[in-house]
Amino acid sequence: MLDLLAGFISELRAAGLPVSLTENLDATEAVRHIPLEDREAFKYALGATLVKSNSHWKAFETVFEVYFSLRGPQWDIQAEDGDGNGDGRRVPGEDRSLARGGAMDAMSPEQLAELLYRALMDADDAVLSAVARQAVTRFSGMEPGRPVGGTYYLYRTLRKLDLDAVLARLMEGAQEASGGLTPLEQRLAKDEYESRIDRLRKEVEAEIRRRLVADRGAQAVAKTLRKPLPEDVDFMHASRDEMMALRRAIHPLTRKLAVRLARKRRHGRKGPLDFRNTMRHSLSYGGVPAEPKFRYPRPAKPEIFVIADISGSVAAFARFTLQLTHAISSQFSKVRSFVFIDGIDEVTRFFEGAEDITEAVHRVNTEADVVWVDGHSDYGHALETFWERWGREISPKTSVILLGDARNNYHASQSWVLKEVRRRARHVYWLDPEPRSYWDTGDSILSEYAAHCDGTFECRNLRQLEHFVEELD
Amino acid sequence: MGPRFESVPAVREGLASVSYLADEGIAGVVYLADRLGKPVLIEGPAGVGKTELAKSVAAMTQSRLIRLQCYEGLDESKALYEWNYKKQLLRIQAQRVVESGDGATASSAPSGSWSDLEEDIFSEDFLLTRPLLEAIRATDPVVLLVDEVDRVEVETEALLLEVLSDYQVSIPELGTVAATQLPLVFLTSNNTRELSEALKRRCLYLHIDYPELEREKAIVMTRVPEISDHLADQIVRIVRSLRSLELKKHPSVSETLDWARTLVLLGAESIGAEQAQDTLHILLKYRTDIEKATKELSVAEGA
Repeated sequence: MLDLLAGFISELRAAGLPVSLTENLDATEAVRHIPLEDREAFKYALGATLVKSNSHWKAFETVFEVYFSLRGPQWDIQAEDGDGNGDGRRVPGEDRSLARGGAMDAMSPEQLAELLYRALMDADDAVLSAVARQAVTRFSGMEPGRPVGGTYYLYRTLRKLDLDAVLARLMEGAQEASGGLTPLEQRLAKDEYESRIDRLRKEVEAEIRRRLVADRGAQAVAKTLRKPLPEDVDFMHASRDEMMALRRAIHPLTRKLAVRLARKRRHGRKGPLDFRNTMRHSLSYGGVPAEPKFRYPRPAKPEIFVIADISGSVAAFARFTLQLTHAISSQFSKVRSFVFIDGIDEVTRFFEGAEDITEAVHRVNTEADVVWVDGHSDYGHALETFWERWGREISPKTSVILLGDARNNYHASQSWVLKEVRRRARHVYWLDPEPRSYWDTGDSILSEYAAHCDGTFECRNLRQLEHFVEELD
Repeated sequence: MGPRFESVPAVREGLASVSYLADEGIAGVVYLADRLGKPVLIEGPAGVGKTELAKSVAAMTQSRLIRLQCYEGLDESKALYEWNYKKQLLRIQAQRVVESGDGATASSAPSGSWSDLEEDIFSEDFLLTRPLLEAIRATDPVVLLVDEVDRVEVETEALLLEVLSDYQVSIPELGTVAATQLPLVFLTSNNTRELSEALKRRCLYLHIDYPELEREKAIVMTRVPEISDHLADQIVRIVRSLRSLELKKHPSVSETLDWARTLVLLGAESIGAEQAQDTLHILLKYRTDIEKATKELSVAEGA
């Protein structure tokens, strides 16, 4: 058991989860109190001790399934002896579905499809998982030892099951059974069937995983299933789901940013004597004002100018950037946002009062006047225009954050603008979504600008963004 | 003191007996918290029953609930302890009166040197306990709830660390006050900011999410007993449907319950699209969300 746990934890670490020694010990202690047979509770016990952030839960769950999927009560006996001698196609648990399982082998594909339909219709979980098992046996075409990822098998199995058609049929069935549904009922029925089909999909996935583990061992499988944690997902290549997760993670970060930027003002400076407060505290010294109290200066609200490149080359990053800008503007009293390609436009107004970020982004993309000539990034012209139109509004309270890859398409850099900006502003930072090694290659002229920045940061994922926030003083 | 709970199922049943329907995860972590003597950090969207869990555990174990509501600017004197300086002052004044009066009455009044006096005014009589110290010193079983711990600043978080890891509080004038018993501690957070690693390391972590369909229905049935099965079913389905939308704020369990109660009050047997739209403002708190939901719910109308 302890070996298993050690392997489990090292895999978690390999997947990027920060598991400290204390947490490791806690987990060891925890499993002494909760039996492995109580799988759900066991999982949560491990989760509670090892995973300290909800965004890591998914990664944890995958590793857990891989390491403990063969060790639930129903797998116990077969997993130990049943598989070793087999040809890899015999899988623990197969015999558990008894007659049904046996009968299923003989079924024609039509019969199987019918059974699946019935199971989904009646939400019969037992039949559903039996069908899932059978489907994997038939359709996935799994071969022991073949170094193919689980997603390939999953894809093959699901394609054969044709779940879209099944859903359509289910909806028809529901329509007929009730003799006409209201739109609302229709929607709810659809949600319900979709969630059942989703359950089936998960069942198939789990089954494939179980077989892979039986075939190759937990460690190898865990390795192939490793996915970057939300904070390591690259902004430029994030999928839709990953983007959603990123967005949720941005919020705490902007609060941190707000605190950081305001802090410097609060520390180390004392204001005038606070007479009232001094007198009140003097009471505890019998009326002797032994400890003078000072009024703290109200922390000045920092102002932020965000200037973001939203051209095609950084489109994915730009979307994220705009979301970040939106999140920032809800934390700071004064955030002004500017977007540019070769022209530049202020877009602060789109974010003001916009409750829906998607809409704001849409408006930025359609209404902002950012194209000057041909719609290829021109940092030089954008900066120049920025300086002309808004330069004098930068004050010593302003922090300027530039976001972009500094790929200037060989236009003039006009880096003197940044020099001027820096003279007026409190800070100038540059965040670049490209890996540091790409900087200053090709038409990237970051170093020209970097000379006039307080800092340049590679900012490809949340972890790096967080690092940037931490570096701020 | 022995462990409070027999087993994980016992925790679940106990919670159910005080109308809190816990899933395996919640019950498991509560059980573990007791066995390992560790605090539980609960995170999750607002209104899924984080605070409620602490209250229910208190009710179930028949413990006193001590609650520390966190807010920006919470400090030691509000969270841990404070010296009752008014009382101290009076004590010093009394001493002065004695000393300036004639020696005859001195025997009845508190007497002695400054060091006696100092010892006296920094004794427990002059100590005002605040929730954390209170929980540590309690001799009866207590459940300590530190609510919305993410509201305090990072610096203030450190206040909690000593209490959470060692169940003790250091008071310079008095020494260390250690717990006579291990209180069950729950911290809740709405995740508005990332908590420090140090705090997280000391806690068990529990993320409560929106419940599964069946469980939410069961919750509705328990909390709103007069509701019909059919209506409860419809309610939770609609709520689930709404949660799948991209909204500013998703309806929480407590809002589901509010909605259920309203519909029961209105005497509804089942919900039509129209009725759903009319009462959506109970579920959703933003105008844009309501608009979006209305559109979504009636989207099939034309089709």
